[in-house]
Amino acid sequence: MKKPLIASILAFATLLAACGGSPPGGTSTPGSAASAAADPCGVPVRAKCPTEAQNVTGAGATFPGPLYTKWIDQYNLLTGVQINYQAIGSGGGIKNFTEKTVDFGASDVPLTDAQFDTIAGGLYMVPMALGSVVPTYNVPNVTAPIKFTPDALAGIYLEQIKKWNDPKITAENPGVTLPDLAITTVHRSDGSGTTGVFTDYLSKISPDWKSKVGSGTTVNWPGGVGGSGNAGVAGAVKNQPGTIGYVELIYAIQNKLGYGVVKNAAGKYVEASLDSTTKAADAFVSPDFGSLKGQQTKLSITNSATADAWPISTFTFLLLPKDFSDKSKGLAILRFAWYGTHEGQAFAKDLGYAPLPSAVQKAAEDVLRSITSGGGKVLKVNS
Amino acid sequence: MLVPLTLVAITVLILIDSWPALTTYGISYFATTEWDPVKLVFGAAAYVYGTLVTTIIAVVLATPVAVGAAIYLTEFAPRAVRAPVAFTIELLAYIPSIVYGLWAIFVMVPVMRSVIEPGLQSTLGQLPLVGKLFSGTPIGLDLLSGGIVLAIMILPILMAVSREVLLAVPPTQREAMIGLGATRWEAVSRAVLPYARPGIIGGAVLGVARAFGETMAVTMVVGNSSRDISGSLFVPGYTMASAIANQFVEADSELYFSAIVEIALVLLFVAILVNSVARVLIRRSIADRPAGAVV
Repeated sequence: MKKPLIASILAFATLLAACGGSPPGGTSTPGSAASAAADPCGVPVRAKCPTEAQNVTGAGATFPGPLYTKWIDQYNLLTGVQINYQAIGSGGGIKNFTEKTVDFGASDVPLTDAQFDTIAGGLYMVPMALGSVVPTYNVPNVTAPIKFTPDALAGIYLEQIKKWNDPKITAENPGVTLPDLAITTVHRSDGSGTTGVFTDYLSKISPDWKSKVGSGTTVNWPGGVGGSGNAGVAGAVKNQPGTIGYVELIYAIQNKLGYGVVKNAAGKYVEASLDSTTKAADAFVSPDFGSLKGQQTKLSITNSATADAWPISTFTFLLLPKDFSDKSKGLAILRFAWYGTHEGQAFAKDLGYAPLPSAVQKAAEDVLRSITSGGGKVLKVNS
Repeated sequence: MLVPLTLVAITVLILIDSWPALTTYGISYFATTEWDPVKLVFGAAAYVYGTLVTTIIAVVLATPVAVGAAIYLTEFAPRAVRAPVAFTIELLAYIPSIVYGLWAIFVMVPVMRSVIEPGLQSTLGQLPLVGKLFSGTPIGLDLLSGGIVLAIMILPILMAVSREVLLAVPPTQREAMIGLGATRWEAVSRAVLPYARPGIIGGAVLGVARAFGETMAVTMVVGNSSRDISGSLFVPGYTMASAIANQFVEADSELYFSAIVEIALVLLFVAILVNSVARVLIRRSIADRPAGAVV
């Protein structure tokens, strides 16, 4: 009984604040005059909406942090709404979302069945952008990108391939002289969505990996050294000849790290790039966006069958309830998510994220429109 | 009154949160090294081992240096340099641990990997028994590096306490010894040090306490791998505090979370245990003071 009462008082207070707040006009765009007839609370987002909450909080994945921050700034300019996003990690985001200490969550990894069960009222996981993970290494005197078969990559991390001149690596790299040097694997020591994606990929391509290690944000590594964050992994790799690690693609690009090429499910060696990352989602068919138990793993797009796809790619998701208890907050969050999946996509590439393919963007629209509050639709699309 | 209450409250809270792991894993939690969040199998022995090893390295390396520095500063150094040097060493205590960590990873680890560890391997590593401590590929991110960073971090507190204790030794102790015809060094080693011993041990205990709880700097250089307890100092290790810091945020299932809180419980108990042992040591040491000492 306590919570709804407090929530409604808060909602009422924010409504009052919104009504009696600063005079409109300061942030209005020239376009808003033309669409004056349209509902200001509909989407596409063009203007301030008097009925949306002025303050919402979210928490989750660190990976999309910079992109969300950009969207939040832009959305604030358009609408005056303050969105507070805490980049605390995917696991923390899922936890806070489950405990309802935040209004929305964010994660790079789909939920497990056990996590799914603890969430009351159901949820959707809506893709916002894509990212990918690349293997980076330190092999002296090798300048050409090293090619890895999925088997070789799994073998290295399983500590079965121990030297750089192992036939499983050299066979795919004719013309490259690989030294007789011991391989040291480097992994993330902190729990991370990056590890989640990487181990999800290894579990798909290696039955051995799946049974021995499995996938998760922290796993029981067969060996090697742990570094904290992308920087910790990259630092360990840079300092130590013979090492191999995995980092986010944008981190590798921004820090000018060399990275390897991996053979994808179509049997093609594809270079990791934002375009080949977007391609990984091309053939993606919505498994009802995480709202059905047992279907969560279908949200994973690693080892994509598309010919030019980078195989170690992932969506980054917003976690939204199927039904918002607070309509004004729901409206603000859904409008923000709509903004992110539409206008917001334009910022993705500059910040190092791969934009959503149009089919996924369309599917995300349908999900956002279907979300309710107290059984009634929240989002109105202005034509 | 408030302090013991807080300790009790913290213990109770940790107990409640770690209860699911305590009842699920029982004794195997302390006896096994497998830590697998995917299969939900948790054994923390490697973390306990890593914490103990790095702390021992730290205390063994830091104590002689700190006590030596304190003796020099109180007994031998020219008066003009005493205060500035002591002040400088104590300043080390004010450096945030993340800065130590960054220094360690960028400056110390490359030196460890390319100079110190191969050097140790070709000398001490050749000896029987002791040699085992220095086996394996030197990678710089290992238990030894973690221990050395800790040694540097606990040095100032050890030095400051030892210096205060030595200053507090009554001048009559030295005067009596010198009056008997002893040299300066004999006066220090036979009259001053035995008198100051309990205090110096107390300082070492404070150092141990700091080393136990230190997180960031160690996490950055210790290698964070709980794979094995091999006896070598050149393998990546993991400390209890690092394990909590690394995994707490992403601990998404109840049992996993609970297993991590149980690390905190173990850390608390090991800390209480070490502290108690140290207290006994200090008490004995006071009882063993030279009989004729002027108190």
